[in-house]
Amino acid sequence: MISNGMKLNTLTCHELQELIKGKKTTSSEIVKDVLEAIETNDKKVKAFVAVKPIPTDSQASSDISGIPVAIKDNICIQGQKTTCSSKILEGFSSPYDATVIEKLKNAGATIIGITNMDEFAFGSSTETSCYGATRNPWDLARVPGGSSGGSAAAVASDETILALGSDTGGSIRQPAAFCGVVGLKPTYGRVSRYGLIAFASSLDQIGPITKDVADNAILLNIIAGYDPRDSTSVDIDQPDYKKSLINDVKGMKIAIPKEYFVEGMDKEVKQALEEAIVVLKKLGANFKEVTLPHTDYAVATYYIVATAEASSNLARFDGVQYGLRATPAKTRRSFMIDMYEETRGLGFGAEAKRRLILGTYVLSAGYYDAYYLRAQKVRTLIRRDFEEVFKEFDCIITPTSPTPAFKIGEKTDDPLSMYLSDIYTISVNLAGIPALSLPCGFTKNNLPIGLQILAKPFAEETIFRVAYTYEQNTVWHKQKPKL
Amino acid sequence: MITRDDLKYVAHLARLNLSDKELENFTGQLEEILRYINKLKQVDINGIEPTSHVFPQKNIYREDQLKPSLPTKEVLKNAPSKQGDFFKVPKVIE
Repeated sequence: MISNGMKLNTLTCHELQELIKGKKTTSSEIVKDVLEAIETNDKKVKAFVAVKPIPTDSQASSDISGIPVAIKDNICIQGQKTTCSSKILEGFSSPYDATVIEKLKNAGATIIGITNMDEFAFGSSTETSCYGATRNPWDLARVPGGSSGGSAAAVASDETILALGSDTGGSIRQPAAFCGVVGLKPTYGRVSRYGLIAFASSLDQIGPITKDVADNAILLNIIAGYDPRDSTSVDIDQPDYKKSLINDVKGMKIAIPKEYFVEGMDKEVKQALEEAIVVLKKLGANFKEVTLPHTDYAVATYYIVATAEASSNLARFDGVQYGLRATPAKTRRSFMIDMYEETRGLGFGAEAKRRLILGTYVLSAGYYDAYYLRAQKVRTLIRRDFEEVFKEFDCIITPTSPTPAFKIGEKTDDPLSMYLSDIYTISVNLAGIPALSLPCGFTKNNLPIGLQILAKPFAEETIFRVAYTYEQNTVWHKQKPKL
Repeated sequence: MITRDDLKYVAHLARLNLSDKELENFTGQLEEILRYINKLKQVDINGIEPTSHVFPQKNIYREDQLKPSLPTKEVLKNAPSKQGDFFKVPKVIE
């Protein structure tokens, strides 16, 4: 707390840096306020699976030095338990740091704790975690979104200043929308995934979840960059994203895809989006309706590609090198295969099993061409749809999710309806492009609504500029949940 | 049409032990999900190249240089069962 009674945990990273520079506060005071907020709020929100501050290089001087960062439970931290919120990784302690963790440590950030997630990031609600569900800080009876629900809820409830999530089909943007915070999925290849436990390797990307757009640019500055340890990271110039925090969209060309305004979109979400368009038009942006003709096939394509890759990636969890091992009865024939099957049957939850089965099925003999290869070809068409639009437009604007946060338990017995809640975020991963969600209003019941901004590969600067302009001319990001 | 036996077969390929209840639930759910996914059959994919990776990157090489790797002790630290410098596993062949 500082002299005027303001709790430091309620501030943004850039506000805190000003206070630190003016010698008005210190890192340890910030950490103290954040830990107090966790102590008070997390009994209700359950955003964290472990709280164990790791102080790092106190001599480092960067835009995030001394600032607490919460880490999703699928990013490896040396000597810490990393479990993907799954029983199968029970007790696993990472022998090394992910590249993004190394970068945070070198920048002098304080890793404050590990956040809850859908098991192996399989979900849109953070309900499939082996630790139990995280709650939405705006309404504790509702989900925070997922799979990075713990990170988004921790930022929204001021239990951290910054957070990292991962996004395979919307897992940063949809929880950011549901919790009223800012979440970015960077371009595929922008941020190293070395040390991120893989879900679907052609889609996964790590990104920042923050209280405002400036903090998001600041955190991306720290974590982005080429890494020889991740062969999918791209060796390309990295701009200073703080320079794209420009309050001006005059003359920018923004596309609205007509396929996104379909049945199933909540009335209040639609209204909030229309009002956001009015705000940006008044600020001088030009809007035009466009078509992304293959949008209707994105969810089906995604659930083939993502589950196929997951079924291969998750083969490594077999009870041999780490995690859980079941001991089968000795009367059975082949002990090794029995051990695999029992370990995996015991260690994976229902949604993980469902996806591993779907992924194995679409890759199995006789079905590969009909499902997996076909989906990869449709993916090409989805990618080309975006390429066409970005020939003429600077960015695309859509809602992040067709509805605000749904109730806990509402979709758990209906996997297909859960999958369809990702309808606006999934194409972005298939196309490899960057996209950000930021708050654009609230429903009558005081639930946040998210606006999604998409741009061509490596055009995060364009996204930040449009998002920053919108944010500076609206008040949504200043609202806080009452806990 | 997915049968319970189909599901059992796929579960074995995925090295997953499923309970009777899971077998029953998943059979219906997989059927429903596949019905949804089958909408991709409407798309004309003639002459379209598959996308396995969004950017045209291939054959990323590194210099063949010796670098330190994790010590054996560290690697074995998380093993559910070990003996000496080895992971210990159940019998593989009879």
